[in-house]
Amino acid sequence: MDVLKKVPVREQDAKERAANFEEVCLGYNKEEAMEEAARCINCKNAQCIKGCPVAIDIPGFIEKVKEGDVAAAYQVISASSALPAVCGRVCPQESQCEGKCIRGIKGEPVSIGKLERFVADWAMEEGIKPQGAKEKNGKKVAVIGSGPAGLTCAGDLARLGYEVTIFEALHEPGGVLVYGIPEFRLPKSAVVAKEIENVKSLGVHIETNVVVGKSVTIDELLSEEGFDAVFIGSGAGLPKFMGIPGEQANGVFSANEYLTRSNLMKAFDENANTPIMRGQKVAVVGGGNVAMDAARTALRLGAEVHIVYRRSEEELPARVEEVHHAKEEGIIFDLLTNPVEILADEKGWVKGMKCIRMELGEPDDSGRRRPVEVPGSEFVIEADTVIMSLGTSPNPLISSTTQGLEVNKWKCIVADEEFGKTTKEGVYAGGDAVTGAATVILAMGAGRAGARGIDGYLKNK
Amino acid sequence: MYKILEAKELAANIFLMVVEAKRVAKGCQPGQFVIVRTDEEAERIPLTICDYDREKGTITIVFQIVGAGTQIMAALKEGDAFHDVAGPLGCPSEFVSEAPEALKEKKMLFVAGGVGTAPVYPQVKWLHERGIHVDVVVGAKNKELLILEEEMKAVAGNLYVTTDDGSYGRSGMVTQTVSDLVKEGKHYDVCVAIGPMIMMKFVCKLTKELGLPTIVSLNPIMVDGTGMCGACRVTVGGKVKFACVDGPEFDGHQVNFDEAMQRQQIYKTAEGRAFLRAKEGDTHHGGCGNCGGDQ
Repeated sequence: MDVLKKVPVREQDAKERAANFEEVCLGYNKEEAMEEAARCINCKNAQCIKGCPVAIDIPGFIEKVKEGDVAAAYQVISASSALPAVCGRVCPQESQCEGKCIRGIKGEPVSIGKLERFVADWAMEEGIKPQGAKEKNGKKVAVIGSGPAGLTCAGDLARLGYEVTIFEALHEPGGVLVYGIPEFRLPKSAVVAKEIENVKSLGVHIETNVVVGKSVTIDELLSEEGFDAVFIGSGAGLPKFMGIPGEQANGVFSANEYLTRSNLMKAFDENANTPIMRGQKVAVVGGGNVAMDAARTALRLGAEVHIVYRRSEEELPARVEEVHHAKEEGIIFDLLTNPVEILADEKGWVKGMKCIRMELGEPDDSGRRRPVEVPGSEFVIEADTVIMSLGTSPNPLISSTTQGLEVNKWKCIVADEEFGKTTKEGVYAGGDAVTGAATVILAMGAGRAGARGIDGYLKNK
Repeated sequence: MYKILEAKELAANIFLMVVEAKRVAKGCQPGQFVIVRTDEEAERIPLTICDYDREKGTITIVFQIVGAGTQIMAALKEGDAFHDVAGPLGCPSEFVSEAPEALKEKKMLFVAGGVGTAPVYPQVKWLHERGIHVDVVVGAKNKELLILEEEMKAVAGNLYVTTDDGSYGRSGMVTQTVSDLVKEGKHYDVCVAIGPMIMMKFVCKLTKELGLPTIVSLNPIMVDGTGMCGACRVTVGGKVKFACVDGPEFDGHQVNFDEAMQRQQIYKTAEGRAFLRAKEGDTHHGGCGNCGGDQ
């Protein structure tokens, strides 16, 4: 065994998985997990904890895995995270916990994410639940949105004895975990539904089909329905489009629509009631994790798929692992390429996309080199489906119906980082509704901060 | 679960249901819609709210069988339940926020086509309850497909019924009646037209010529209904709008109807088109995206 290297994790073969929706990564078994755990040197001043937005006691749980006491390892993790099976799968560990691991200086860091996943999956199989509050404190908190921010906030508050109700706009709880991230990366019934059950087992009540801002307002929740505080974790919002000619043609979708159809509405299954367009040649515009998810979904539905991204590989915002998996599966990357027009046939259906070549110029505000058009380099990519994955802009449903809730110039809700405190008394917020589109774990960190803020507020009230 | 308290067939393939949905009934306004699902596997189907009872906590929905999803819905009976009812969604009709005195000064004309009569009803009723009497034109393909006539008569100032085949009331399309009314010397300040996309297109063409501002209610393809997916995007005045959060009502003279109709075809399969033709029989003239009836 090479102690400088991670114990390799088993994966579904790339050719095989490109044609199914089963999970790509198969995870460690107990033997592999214990072997990997032995690589952790249990630093006194553990940097990995500092890299974790919810500050899991990482060396603490790994120590327990090393000893083979997985149940104890689970209790260590679940004290800090309501969704370990989710995080073990979708967190960008390479830039967080594992990015700070001392082992990584000379060799590969400890595979913290895969170990977390192993512990969470094991606990799920054994039916071990997180520990709830001993007694209720009689105070009521409303949480808006059942995505990672809302679930984390609700779980933390329930453990502190609050009576928590989550309001979810869709028919199923989970937010982006259910409508956004595909089955092959995050199994819905085997993982997400079970973690939500765990949160419910702490005493959290979930009411679906409630569109806050429409079905009920935050002011009504506070004044008429008896809630003492509110946490807003309503998520990212409205999909962006490029504003280029032809974007309204049949066959142009937002990644949100495409993924919601496939994931939430199960349209990947041909027997599902909700349809999805099964294109032959699909162009996905964008280079983030959502773009990778949309591309890999289209591939599994039988298409030849191109990722069209205006910068180079180095600037791809997606996780390295996702890009690697996408390439392995056969996704074609058209880098330094930007669409200028979508071409449609006489009946209005997409038949291609006119693009222009780009080159990298001086760094812009984000520190990445700015892409500049190469004059006269236009060319046409043949495609029958175009999926726009360009990020989102905030949904005004809540901010426009809540008195005294300030938004910033990007229309995101203003909330402080430490406690999620907004400009309205008793109202806290976190996740994409505050930061704009980010990651699951950052939303969870914000949910946790909101729970701290609400607990402090209600204790002193 | 959302219990069905009443279910009846208003006309061939057109159904009315009164459904328990407390949160929706409490705050909904004319012009808004809900999204319903019949069971755990079902599609999300957007439907305009046709009536509501705040005390009983119920809403009324009216729908026509147009595909597999609505076919399943039609089979539900009194005592059954919807798995999901989410809403109210979308913006209320503009007049809801106008001062009642100003509204009384306005001469309003409502034009309803087919199953579009259902969403027109709560608007006319709302105005009636505030002492505002408006003219209503209701069009149907034939006498058998005319719905909510009595209900509409009770709340409308003047009700003009027309059938495409002349089997009842006036004869011809709604545009004929609108144009006749204006020729007869009627003056209107604003028109609200709700019905099939093709009807709204032609009503808008006419009212543009007449210089009569017109509001339409669009029913594009939707998934979530909360602004998240962008499936329902429509071009209004050259700008892209999401019908679910920016609408569903828009300035009809600014709507790109040809594009909107084209976008409605995205998921219409060969089977779906055949189904629609078979269901509608002689009354079929458009909406399938295939027969040319829309042109």
